[in-house]
Amino acid sequence: MRIPCPFCGPRDSQEFSFLGQTGLKRPDPNAPDAQKQFHDYVHIRDNKAGLTKELWLHANGCRSWIVVERNTLTHEITGSEFASPLTKEAAQ
Amino acid sequence: MKNSNRLASGGLIDRAKPLSFQFDGKTYQGYAGDTLASALLANNVQLVARSFKYHRPRGVLTAGSEEPNALVELRTGARHEPNVRATMAELYEGLNARSQNRWPSLAFDLGAVNSLLSPFFAAGFYYKTFMWPAAFWEKVYEPLIRRAAGLGKPPLSDDPDSYEKAFAHCDLLVIGAGPAGLAAALTAARSGARVILADEGPMLGGRLLSDRRIIGNQSGLDWVKAIEAELGSFPNVRIMPRTTIFGVYDHGVYGALERVNDHVATPPAHEPRQRAYRIYAKRAVLAAGAIERPHVFGNNDRPGVMLGSAMRTYLNRYAVVPTKRVAIFTSSDEGYATAQDLINAGASVQAIIDSRKDATISAPKDVPYFKGAKILRALGNRQVQGVEIELADGSTRILDCDGVAMSNGWNPAVHLTCHQGGRPVWDDKTNAFLPGKLPAGLSVAGAAQGHFSLKDTLTDGFRLGASAVDDLGFKAHAIAAPDTDPESLAHIPLWRVKTSKGKCFVDFQHDVTDTDIELANREGFRSVEHMKRYTTLGMATDQGKTSNISGLAILGEASGRSMAEVGTTIFRPPYTPVALGALAGHHVHKGFRPTRLTPSHQWAEEQGAVFMETGLWLRAQYFPKKKNESWLDAMNREVEITRSKVGVCDVSTLGKIDLQGKDVGTFLDRVYTGTFSTLPVGKVRYGLMMREDGFVQDDGTTARLSENRWLMTTTTAGAGKVMAHLEFCHQVLWPELDIAFTSVTEQWAQYSIAGPHARDVLKKLVDPQHDMSNEAFTYMACGAITICNGIPARLFRISFSGELAYEIGVPNRYGDALIRAIMKAGEEFGITPYGLEALSTMRIEKGHVAGGELNGQTTPRDLGLIKMVSQKKDCIGKHMSERPAMLDADRPIFVGLKPKNPQAKLTGGAHFLDKGAKPSLDNDLGHMMSVAYSPMLKSWIGLGIVKRGRERIGDTIRAVDFVRGTEFEVEICDPVFFDPQGERLRG
Repeated sequence: MRIPCPFCGPRDSQEFSFLGQTGLKRPDPNAPDAQKQFHDYVHIRDNKAGLTKELWLHANGCRSWIVVERNTLTHEITGSEFASPLTKEAAQ
Repeated sequence: MKNSNRLASGGLIDRAKPLSFQFDGKTYQGYAGDTLASALLANNVQLVARSFKYHRPRGVLTAGSEEPNALVELRTGARHEPNVRATMAELYEGLNARSQNRWPSLAFDLGAVNSLLSPFFAAGFYYKTFMWPAAFWEKVYEPLIRRAAGLGKPPLSDDPDSYEKAFAHCDLLVIGAGPAGLAAALTAARSGARVILADEGPMLGGRLLSDRRIIGNQSGLDWVKAIEAELGSFPNVRIMPRTTIFGVYDHGVYGALERVNDHVATPPAHEPRQRAYRIYAKRAVLAAGAIERPHVFGNNDRPGVMLGSAMRTYLNRYAVVPTKRVAIFTSSDEGYATAQDLINAGASVQAIIDSRKDATISAPKDVPYFKGAKILRALGNRQVQGVEIELADGSTRILDCDGVAMSNGWNPAVHLTCHQGGRPVWDDKTNAFLPGKLPAGLSVAGAAQGHFSLKDTLTDGFRLGASAVDDLGFKAHAIAAPDTDPESLAHIPLWRVKTSKGKCFVDFQHDVTDTDIELANREGFRSVEHMKRYTTLGMATDQGKTSNISGLAILGEASGRSMAEVGTTIFRPPYTPVALGALAGHHVHKGFRPTRLTPSHQWAEEQGAVFMETGLWLRAQYFPKKKNESWLDAMNREVEITRSKVGVCDVSTLGKIDLQGKDVGTFLDRVYTGTFSTLPVGKVRYGLMMREDGFVQDDGTTARLSENRWLMTTTTAGAGKVMAHLEFCHQVLWPELDIAFTSVTEQWAQYSIAGPHARDVLKKLVDPQHDMSNEAFTYMACGAITICNGIPARLFRISFSGELAYEIGVPNRYGDALIRAIMKAGEEFGITPYGLEALSTMRIEKGHVAGGELNGQTTPRDLGLIKMVSQKKDCIGKHMSERPAMLDADRPIFVGLKPKNPQAKLTGGAHFLDKGAKPSLDNDLGHMMSVAYSPMLKSWIGLGIVKRGRERIGDTIRAVDFVRGTEFEVEICDPVFFDPQGERLRG
């Protein structure tokens, strides 16, 4: 598999490490049901078959956390971007 | 006898280079250009192997990588390699090969008795025969089966050769250098695209090396030579012979194995034996050709029975007549080409047995010819001695022959098209499974696509080579396929001879017969996937290249389904076996686990230190004074001197992260359980770090070097994980924070100087302008200083040992000089270096948590550190660590443990039980995490977690270790065994 790193370009997947589904928002620690929200945040995943957005760390590269859009059924990768909006902005 | 089957002229062998080789201890002669198989056949060696299950005599079936029978052990000693296909092993001077899976000899193999027991060895025999009693499996059945069935033996010593991993990039990868591949490569090369042309054989040409063909106005061989020369003239073309593309992976990644030096006895100096490539190709053309199908008839596995195409290869390419009196068994017009080639070579064609009643092709003159006929069985044992045939009218007769050439149509080599999940599709017109859904960027040319004629193959190659590179923006010029000599390919496959006599093999390598498949069907294993696993059809190292399709056809026939309905299993990588050594490349031994050395390593070696591996680091475990001082004696001495005088320890392996920015304090508040934003400049604070799931992941100290610059330390083992975690927190969770950080673990050498005389030693090193007094540089202070006349250093007054202690850091290049300077300065105070054992003992005496306790299953509360979790703020893991079950009073909690008998050697991992309680999950109170012998207490001591431990201080419980077989009574106590008030470290 090859992953397009927004900083380094397409690189072999062995340079990356995988974390999981992205788009999870860390809950507000002051919310009344924060404990329940944190439980879901830590443990509950969609585990979708199909198009997903995933977090990968370019560990043996630029050490950017990136969001990779990947189809889990075909392994087709349709996009990637920096996880940090600030880095994204700076890159543009 | 010498080369009795070799033709006087012809072939692509180099007769000027005779080579001698050994097979089963006998010496033979062949030529450069031979394979082991062709050289054995040239010497009329027909029996080369015994089969897997029944130990039946086997000969050479094919001339390629699909060979299921002729597997041998190659080379000797450490280079010994089992299961080498003789058809792929190129001959070299002194080659030494041995037959395998036979005892005592190939000709007389006692294992052949298995043939008589064959009713017990039918499909699924494991499941049926050896059901009961269960205990017999391990003791009787399994050893028995393992001895009886099998392939070659593995080498017993380390492979002395080296292997490499390599990477290559191209616009177009052409897989297979037969006519289609050469055509595709040529078109693409002329357009300027970067082309890699790979072929598993040593020579380009594919079937053109085996069949005498005409292309345009030249011979097939001359056409190959011309194209090879032109390709060789392009700087943008890389030709890779002896290279198998074994797998297709996502995004245009192709696995390739280059057999760099398998064709010589030993690799030249500094060259690998094999090289495993990842080839990144924007497009690929699969031109892997096709594999001819054998017929399934009685004793079709006897030596001398061979594929017709293979027989032509031996005749034309190697100038070898494998057998001299041949019966042709054909269901295709190609059998007649084989007959003609045999006649041209002076062999006798005893008969053509054509299964087709209405074949229209005419037989060569004077050759007996039977239409609508079948071979019922081969006669003979170690070589064919005749065949019994059934004529169209049902009558039978015996024909004399010493070999059989089978032509039953071709199976396109679609294997690589399946590697991304594509399923081959049955095609009634070509009677073959053709590629289904293709991997992205791959197209299929020639015989692999079911286009079998030479003209079609060339047309495909030129066309697909062009369209692949046109896709990428190159402009390929169309090349028209030249005319070729006429050929006749009509065929109607004969899946098996139903009226056969004797065993009819479908899968030669796994000894699966047609009746095994029928049995599987009868017993309900009707899905191809079930049938395959029940019978093990196609599951040998050849992956059923010659057997799968016939097997499916027989299953279809038995279950009344068409080929399309039966479908096929799919092929997975690798196409042919790949040695693990090649996949590992240089990543073995130290190349796999490199050693990280501490700055004081050389000095420690000079002191005779004993080292131990911690992660990749090699750290001093202890410093024996005399050669025979035990680790325990050395550790006791090091602890006693450190606690009474002074000691020094290299702590450079701890992870160090330099953080800068105005928001570092805020950031640390969020990742640590404690508050850091309030830490004054020049101070250090201990921090506990959780994962978001509420379990502790690491601990360490963080120093505030200046307003916006901080230095974090992590555990040695946790450094990498913590770095990635912090990067996640910054880049994903809180990108708005103004911080930047980087690992400086290897940039700083750091030593801990500990003991009552620590300050005295330090004073001799630190430049005089710095006030080192207890009042000026207090406990938990830090600062930038200079030492030894102006060398920059960082000083931290922190203590892991519980003694008055300082950690002093210098740029790594001063590390060696500093340890020597410390030792010299400490000499008058009786300084000792101490290793990991003493370090660990002292921290256990002080009840500090470390690796054993920070095991990913403990919360701050479990470790008795709940007070370190600030209730004024949130941090990573806080909410999760405070879930009700995590705070349950019954959850085991951190305590110290003292054996009733001080000499009782406690063990980590021992479980705690109350006196008289039966060992069970319900009665389990917790477990021991760390143990040490304490020279201060003159007793073994331990740290662990015990249910309601804090309420039970003073109680006696049992520490039971079932693994090591020990049981001791231990008293629950406070985890701080030594200097509980912490007076020493503030002194």
